[in-house]
Amino acid sequence: MSKNRLTHLFQENQGNLLNVYFTAGFPNLNDTVTILEELQAAGADLVEIGMPFSDPLADGPTIQASNQVALENGMSVKTLFQQLEGIREKVSLPIILMGYLNPVLQFGFEAFCEAAAKVGVDGFILPDMPLVEYEEEYKLILEKYGLSLIFLITPQTSEDRIRKIDALTDSFIYMVSSASTTGSQVQTSEAQQAYFSRVKALGLRSPLLIGFGISDKVSFEMACQTAHGAIIGSAFIKALQQPSEVKENVRTFLKSIKQTQDAGLKT
Amino acid sequence: MYGVNERGYYGQFGGAFIPEMLYPNVEELRQKYLQIILEPGFKAEMEDLLRDYVGRPTPLYHAKRLSERYNAKIYLKREDLNHTGAHKINNTVGQILLAKRLGKTRIIAETGAGQHGVATATVCALTGLECIVYMGKIDTERQRPNVEKMRLMGATVVPVTSGSQTLKDATNEAIRDWINNPVDTHYIIGSVVGPHPYPDMVARFQSVISEEIRKQLQEKEGRELPDYVVACVGGGSNAAGAFYHFLDEPSVQLVAVEAAGLGVDTGHSAATSVLGKTGIIHGSKTLLMQTEDGQITEPYSISAGLDYPGVGPQHAHLADTGRARFIAITDNEAMEALRELSRLEGIIPAIETSHALAALGQLGAGPEDVVVLNLSGRGDKDLNTILTYFETHDVQK
Repeated sequence: MSKNRLTHLFQENQGNLLNVYFTAGFPNLNDTVTILEELQAAGADLVEIGMPFSDPLADGPTIQASNQVALENGMSVKTLFQQLEGIREKVSLPIILMGYLNPVLQFGFEAFCEAAAKVGVDGFILPDMPLVEYEEEYKLILEKYGLSLIFLITPQTSEDRIRKIDALTDSFIYMVSSASTTGSQVQTSEAQQAYFSRVKALGLRSPLLIGFGISDKVSFEMACQTAHGAIIGSAFIKALQQPSEVKENVRTFLKSIKQTQDAGLKT
Repeated sequence: MYGVNERGYYGQFGGAFIPEMLYPNVEELRQKYLQIILEPGFKAEMEDLLRDYVGRPTPLYHAKRLSERYNAKIYLKREDLNHTGAHKINNTVGQILLAKRLGKTRIIAETGAGQHGVATATVCALTGLECIVYMGKIDTERQRPNVEKMRLMGATVVPVTSGSQTLKDATNEAIRDWINNPVDTHYIIGSVVGPHPYPDMVARFQSVISEEIRKQLQEKEGRELPDYVVACVGGGSNAAGAFYHFLDEPSVQLVAVEAAGLGVDTGHSAATSVLGKTGIIHGSKTLLMQTEDGQITEPYSISAGLDYPGVGPQHAHLADTGRARFIAITDNEAMEALRELSRLEGIIPAIETSHALAALGQLGAGPEDVVVLNLSGRGDKDLNTILTYFETHDVQK
């Protein structure tokens, strides 16, 4: 199986990558394709589509609420796959699905991988997937379908564990900026700088994207100084709640983060 | 055979399905919990507190009138006589001593009915540690006396407004708090749920119940093994404690009693072993009530303590292997049993426990059979619910 779009992206781009998270089915059930098209047009480099869950443990109030709305709108894993059918004719951005394990296991893990690969998804973030279970039960299935699994590291993750994750990764490492749930303010504390420097000094083979607390141009650019880019979630969900049309909200928000296309870096 | 394995599993259930943000905390516990709780100094300190502060051993009471009613020899293990009124304190005493040895200065907990919250606030007051208890906003309203008790002992009670505003959501918020405070905080989980090592750790702290039953039964009956052990199950901590030293004794029938709510098929139930499918909740793979899409559904029971959509992974394993028999009891059956025990023995049980009592008629026990029922808690906390129930359901109180 040839390398997926994620692997390509990191081979060809060295920095300032913007990964935008949105919750499938939010604000409206059928916004998924519109948001993907607009994100591509407005200069996002990759996207993370959240599969809504009733009990999203690692998420703060904004994303929790968007999950709730999406579920009330009728979103499910099955519906999301239906919406993504034919998406590769319109959108070439790498697409990651993010969600908790329970809905995935109910869908069937292999069936989930198969459906994801079929519509052109490139990888998953499953924050409650344990490393041991991944290696023993799931890794081969993901590889069979050419999908990447992205792991998180936090300020408390030990060096040994970071190195292990680095070895298991074939796309990027999701570097959680501080001990928090999503949507917290990014701290510019010494402890955080020390964490960034410590991870940088490890000389990992995998690229890093920083997430949690990245909300605007300033925090995005700060993250890009340490890592290959950053992930914006809660702030984008808030932008989608603005009264204007979804398309307009996506464009306005992306413009506020990345005013000009990074022409030199894009291929 | 029915205990946890090295990987944190009971058969196919268990594990630690947690976001990376929690990994260091849970891993620290996993590496240290056995070493700490088995060390002689820890055991001695815990035994002292259980004896002089909690009031252990709790009596094993031969309930003669109840025995006559059900034509079997029924013993009640009086966990309701513990300080704070339920078995929950056994576990919080253990975990607070563990937290101190881990150097933690801040304690968080979740609570539904408030019993675990009160037990946690109690041991925090006892040791001088800061205490924050998450409780669904709806539960804070229906269990107000427990909220006031916690506050009186210096705990901060945080009403949770996310999700359905009950126990499941209180647990989510406690976990989120732990994610945000990974270094100084210990999370005292109140039942045999959560990621490994919690189910095993909590079961060990509660196993004092079955340890005492064996000794007390030897004194009273000349044999350590009863024919039946009966206990109610929400998450399952009192049942785990009552079953612990009988798991590998096949002559002892283990009976776990769940809340059927308005009826197992009514859509208003908490009978997880009947309605649940294998899934992941709060970091553990277990039986879980959920939709076809894997969204966790809200359970229903008149008792706030059994109102949980999952069950501890060990109980899932006991149900799966048939080692324990699971019986589902409706609100009405539980409330009748509550009134019956009050009248026959002068003991007002918690509504949770009343579910176990209501199963006595379904055991099939004979006059020679020794039945031990774990009387997990007392009904004082439920008085408002009890009075309202009988006012609206019949005229006879």
